[in-house]
Amino acid sequence: MTDTTLNHDINHDAHHDEHPRLLKNPLKWAARWVFTTNHKDIGTLYLWLALIMFFVGGAMAMIIRAELFQPGARIVDPELFNQMTTLHGLIMVFGVVMPAMTGLANWQIPMMIGAPDMALPRLNNWSFWILPFAFAILISTLFMSGPAPDFGWTFYAPLSTVYGPPSTDFMVVSIHLLGLSSILGAINIIATIINLRAPGMTWMRMPMFVWTWLITAFLLLAVMPVLAGCVTMVLADRHFGTSFFNPAGGGDPILFQHLFWFFGHPEVYILILPAFGVVSEVIPTFSRKRLFGYHFMVYATVAIAAVSFIVWAHHMFTTGMPIAGELFFMYLTMLVAVPTGVKVFNWVTTMFRGSITFETPMLFALGFLVMFTIGGFSGVMLSLAPADYQYQDTYFVVAHFHYVLVPGSIFGIMAAVYYWLPKWTGHMYNETLGKLHFWLSAIFLNVTFFPMHFLGLAGMPRRIPDYALQFADFNQIASIGAFIFGLSQIIFLVVIVRCILKGKPAGDKPWDGAEGLEWDLPSPPPYHTWMTPPSPALIIDREAEAG
Amino acid sequence: MSDHHTSSYYLPSPSHWPIVGSIALFSIMFGAINWLHGVPFGHYLFALGLAILFFMMFGWFSTVVKESGRGYYDNQVDRSFRWGMSWFIFSEVMFFSAFFGALFYARVWGVPWLAGEKGYDTNVYLIWQNFKDVWPVFHNPNPGLFVGPQSVMYTWGIPALNTLILLTSGVTITIAHWGLLKNNRKQLIIGMALTVALGILFLYCQAHEYMEAYMDKGLKLSSGIYGTTFFSLTGFHGLHVTIGTIMLIVILVRCCFGHFDKEHHFAFEAVSWYWHFVDVVWLLLFVFVYWL
Ligand SMILES: [Cu+2]
Repeated sequence: MTDTTLNHDINHDAHHDEHPRLLKNPLKWAARWVFTTNHKDIGTLYLWLALIMFFVGGAMAMIIRAELFQPGARIVDPELFNQMTTLHGLIMVFGVVMPAMTGLANWQIPMMIGAPDMALPRLNNWSFWILPFAFAILISTLFMSGPAPDFGWTFYAPLSTVYGPPSTDFMVVSIHLLGLSSILGAINIIATIINLRAPGMTWMRMPMFVWTWLITAFLLLAVMPVLAGCVTMVLADRHFGTSFFNPAGGGDPILFQHLFWFFGHPEVYILILPAFGVVSEVIPTFSRKRLFGYHFMVYATVAIAAVSFIVWAHHMFTTGMPIAGELFFMYLTMLVAVPTGVKVFNWVTTMFRGSITFETPMLFALGFLVMFTIGGFSGVMLSLAPADYQYQDTYFVVAHFHYVLVPGSIFGIMAAVYYWLPKWTGHMYNETLGKLHFWLSAIFLNVTFFPMHFLGLAGMPRRIPDYALQFADFNQIASIGAFIFGLSQIIFLVVIVRCILKGKPAGDKPWDGAEGLEWDLPSPPPYHTWMTPPSPALIIDREAEAG
Repeated sequence: MSDHHTSSYYLPSPSHWPIVGSIALFSIMFGAINWLHGVPFGHYLFALGLAILFFMMFGWFSTVVKESGRGYYDNQVDRSFRWGMSWFIFSEVMFFSAFFGALFYARVWGVPWLAGEKGYDTNVYLIWQNFKDVWPVFHNPNPGLFVGPQSVMYTWGIPALNTLILLTSGVTITIAHWGLLKNNRKQLIIGMALTVALGILFLYCQAHEYMEAYMDKGLKLSSGIYGTTFFSLTGFHGLHVTIGTIMLIVILVRCCFGHFDKEHHFAFEAVSWYWHFVDVVWLLLFVFVYWL
């Protein structure tokens, strides 16, 4: 096995590291990206899609904040405002965080477990190339006669069934396609991790990023089909005379919420678990220590995923559930804080007595640690059923989930991009710009989202274009923060593009504290890596070294 | 060919099939909704999409069959396929759980609450005071909007027969599998042919049952929550039986071409797993939709 090299037809047409250039040969260039079966190419595609959608969804957020800068319907119609909140949510969840995480998985998992590629490379291509079509359908709703979907990203019945505009049907099929893409992608990731680990890469030697993705993939397979069923019922109620969500026919709109949140709650772990994985890679590297309590990190991840299936109705405390239901979902939700707390404790303890340096990836990881925890705390507040009666549908909820998603998932993605960009491109990114990007983002996201806590506690409802006068000050502060946060993301784009084009050579291992197998490969890695698996000694020695 | 084992994992060259598949899915979805909205090109686009999808599946699977025949796939590749198929079936199970969930919710909570039971004198109850918690629901809360069925399917008629048919087909496919393992081609092909025949027979009975429901019993998709859950569950199951039967036919043809041997028959096993999955879903349907 030691000296075998690949002898298949891949070597004839796709093995060269020289790729067609866009300007010299645009057709060949396009063909490479459209037909590729290479995990690195597909990872790149996912990441670019996510970045583009980040600016699309971000522009929508800017419109929302511009409208909310002052009370009164000033800049956009309420109708357009509702479309913006809906599409902003759908795009950020399905178009930014999920593709970005899948892109990271594509790039990193094979390199980190010593696999030659993903387990099912053609299927991998399909998982990605469904997405542009799905988003074409979703975004086309903005240009249809009649409004785009305008009932919030949760598309509750009957807003989406009886009262939904015609474009709702296009949103439904777009979600079908997004779900199919996620399911196929998850199948691939799970098969890769189970079946393609190099000899010696046992379960308990797997990097945390790989562990978190394994569990995320399982969650995707469990809940995306439920979402598909849920949107199918919406479509059926709209067009085929069914009454799933219509009490006139014996159905119940609350059933919609149960189905949606059975998907929706595990979905938030789908968005955050890979970020946990990234942070678990970055913090040890820049603390120059092994991850503290690796085993407990794995168990905590499994526990979070398991509990995530039985807490969904904490989104529904005000729907008139029986009291036993309220208590059940309240206590179980609070239980989630335990494994999450284990994780935060372990990250902090990893840093304890480490020789820490603060390069950009570490800054984002630390920002994650502090601010995700703030989002976690407001989550505990929301989990209290009686208190939730006050918070339900206010800006407090908006503040809460933006704290877990922006400095949580998004910062996790950014940490990962800065961390692995030198590996992917072979160049160091510009550290000054990276730090500027971090500080502007970290400061102004707090300016944006922290006042929303106060607004919510004072009673400002979410998803409205106009508000009472007493909310004006905090809204103005939030809007200013949002504009600066939005603008500073352009720095991110600049850093990435510059890093791809030029920069100091990164060397195989730009971070001296890094441990994973990916750092044994050249930067940038050749088109195909680990065609011969790394020797088991390479994997086992690392563990021995750590003691 | 089977001695052509390499220790390295087979990586396919760039492929155009996935993008063809994406174009197909886009045409199907975009066409279907435009069709629903009465846009003239809708049904053409939908049909075109279906045609492209079949073309894609034929092309993609042919490529895989060819590669397999050339011995490119080692045991590790085989395991990837197996894991892939297993997790795909798991996702299908979860899809059906959504619809079973809707059924259980309606029966345990939704309908009783609408009827004002379990201490819930909701305002809904005040609107429709005559509504009673009876399953099957013959009289909907608003009978003007949703006309209830006159009667529902008799459990021990066609549904019981269909149960027998599907269970038997589970046996025949296993007999075929044994034939394959014993290199007994005759047993393999007869077993597969019987399975296909039983699949088609099941679909015929199901179609007959639907006709009866619509024509004689007034049981329709639009006859309230009973019709909704009945047709969505049996309908999606029927769709899966149809897909399964098509897959069985493909496998039968491939058996006749001698594509499989004792060691290499992943496609056969994948389809038989799928068929057993469809079988189990039916058993649950029989118990919870038709019987209880
Ligand atoms: Cu939740």
